[in-house]
Amino acid sequence: MTTLLIAEHNGLELTSATLSALTAARQLGGDITLLVAGDNAQAAAEQGAQCDGVSKVLLAQDASLAHDLAENLSALIMAIADGFSHIMAPANSVSKETLPRVAALLDVGQLSDITAVLSDDQFQRPIYAGNAIATVTSHDAVKVITVRAAAFDKASLSRGTASIETVEVPADTALSSWVNDELTESERPELTAAERIVSGGRGVGSGENFALLEALADKLGAAVGASRAAVDSGFVANDMQVGQTGKIVAPDLYMAFGISGAIQHLAGMKDSKVIVAVNKDEDAPIFQVADYGLVADLFDVLPELTEKL
Amino acid sequence: MKILVGVKRVIDYNVKVRVKSDNSDVDLSNTKMAINPFCEIAVEEAIRLKEAGIADEVIAVSVGSNASQEQLRTALALGADRAILVETEGVVEPLNVAKALAQIMAQESPDLVILGKQSIDSDNNQVGQMLAALTQRPQGTFASKVSIADGSVSVTREIDGGLRTVKLTMPAIVTTDLRLNEPRFAKLPDIMKAKKKPLDTTTFEQLGVTPKQHIQLDKVEAPAARQGGIKVSSVDELIEKLKDEAKVI
Ligand SMILES: Cc1cc2nc3c(=O)[nH]c(=O)nc-3n(C[C@H](O)[C@H](O)[C@H](O)COP(=O)(O)OP(=O)(O)OC[C@H]3O[C@@H](n4cnc5c(N)ncnc54)[C@H](O)[C@@H]3O)c2cc1C
Ligand SMILES: Nc1ncnc2c1ncn2[C@@H]1O[C@H](COP(=O)(O)O)[C@@H](O)[C@H]1O
Repeated sequence: MTTLLIAEHNGLELTSATLSALTAARQLGGDITLLVAGDNAQAAAEQGAQCDGVSKVLLAQDASLAHDLAENLSALIMAIADGFSHIMAPANSVSKETLPRVAALLDVGQLSDITAVLSDDQFQRPIYAGNAIATVTSHDAVKVITVRAAAFDKASLSRGTASIETVEVPADTALSSWVNDELTESERPELTAAERIVSGGRGVGSGENFALLEALADKLGAAVGASRAAVDSGFVANDMQVGQTGKIVAPDLYMAFGISGAIQHLAGMKDSKVIVAVNKDEDAPIFQVADYGLVADLFDVLPELTEKL
Repeated sequence: MKILVGVKRVIDYNVKVRVKSDNSDVDLSNTKMAINPFCEIAVEEAIRLKEAGIADEVIAVSVGSNASQEQLRTALALGADRAILVETEGVVEPLNVAKALAQIMAQESPDLVILGKQSIDSDNNQVGQMLAALTQRPQGTFASKVSIADGSVSVTREIDGGLRTVKLTMPAIVTTDLRLNEPRFAKLPDIMKAKKKPLDTTTFEQLGVTPKQHIQLDKVEAPAARQGGIKVSSVDELIEKLKDEAKVI
């Protein structure tokens, strides 16, 4: 049994989601090869070589890999897939778009968003927005898997000394091309890696009012999240959406302000260790999952809380 | 220009599912069913392209049981011109759906295929990408903006760090995210008219596709229930609990 783990990185280091996926890969037991692909990914590959449990790093560097185009990245994975029994990646936006392509090219199914490894072919994954947990067995020779990072601890970096091998990159497929990125700039921790999250919903009322949440987040060293309603209303950027179809988070502390607690939102945060909800409606469903609920106006609570911490 | 849209029949997003007592699956008997919300967005986008004079035909396709006709009729009422049902019983795995859609693409030669990014029942997020791979076409997944010009399609995609725009050669496969558009509701006269629009039925066999089982469902359980918490009465009490009891600040 040998696993190919696709790294997510920013050129310099691996993301924490990759380290969580590595833990899932290690639970399978076999040898692990880490693929680090990008236009400039040497540093990330070096970090990968230090990870506990990684026996080899494959480094693929080419301009055609600069913007994670799924057409090119899947062609690269196909070029090196031979011999691996498992192909895994953290369930981030890059692998969500790339791995199903790989699975189809291999004529196998894909296991999306696994939350537990039961054996080398049996896994658990949430379905119906996390309202049910399915245990599934793959009958395919190659298992293509995306891993829900929030469900696995991060693997540690040690002084591992895996070798780094450079691999040849297939020609650009030229099916698609990158035009531009509009990335959200933030000094705050990244949502899926944060230990604390302060989240706002429609009740926050406007983008300007999110400053109240940001002030609290800064006091707590927290990331800022949002419900779909807050994103759809244009209060904040799309990448802040927590939920079934947004980001899945499980921080130590999740504080929800003016969020009603629709199942699609709960799907993204109900595995947080401690949940706090502030809502002026005492019947809001969010209170059913909150460890500490406060029935109050968020505009009273936020300034007071920020000041007293 | 011809557009193919995928329409999947799923549980209504407002309904909370229950797991069957024998843990074999979730219980869908007597539950309200609907078009997968992301497919509604796909249908809406296709219709808008038609209204803008960019597309001239919109074909809705569903792979599923005979009951999926209901969702196809809704798509027709919303403005699709005709519909195709690939009739089959039971759960269809994403790769099998993608193979059926690939055959329909071969028959219909659409310029654009618009699917949802994710089914809200299986939460797979796979079919569009698989279809693109099988047909060796480009993909623009998780789209929040689609524009067509000079034989190519620009797609602004929702990614982890924000937005990314890519340009795809056509034919292309696009999957929708929530912000792409706000779907309209079907009007009664259109629902009546939709009854007369063509709805063809085919099968995997007729399409020359042999569905395979890749992933077997062993059991379904309810998630671990969260212990109900307490209500605090003031900010001071909240801070005290977070410090002394939960020890998270
Ligand atoms: C296909 C699909 C996918 C979806 N995916 C997601 C997803 O990933 N994430 C997600 O979040 N949602 C998702 N949704 C949307 C979800 O169903 C809800 O509509 C959404 O979560 C509601 O957001 P909200 O709680 O902010 O707004 P609302 O439900 O409108 O709640 C606002 C809350 O704020 C409270 N409030 C108002 N003013 C104040 C105040 N001054 N002080 C205190 N409280 C106040 C109100 O009492 C209310 O409870 C999805 C829906 C669909 C159909
Ligand atoms: N049985 C089906 N019939 C028609 N379209 C489907 C079917 N299953 C999936 N799709 C399309 O693929 C999208 C993504 O589904 P999935 O990969 O299952 O999460 C859906 O939103 C549909 O547009």
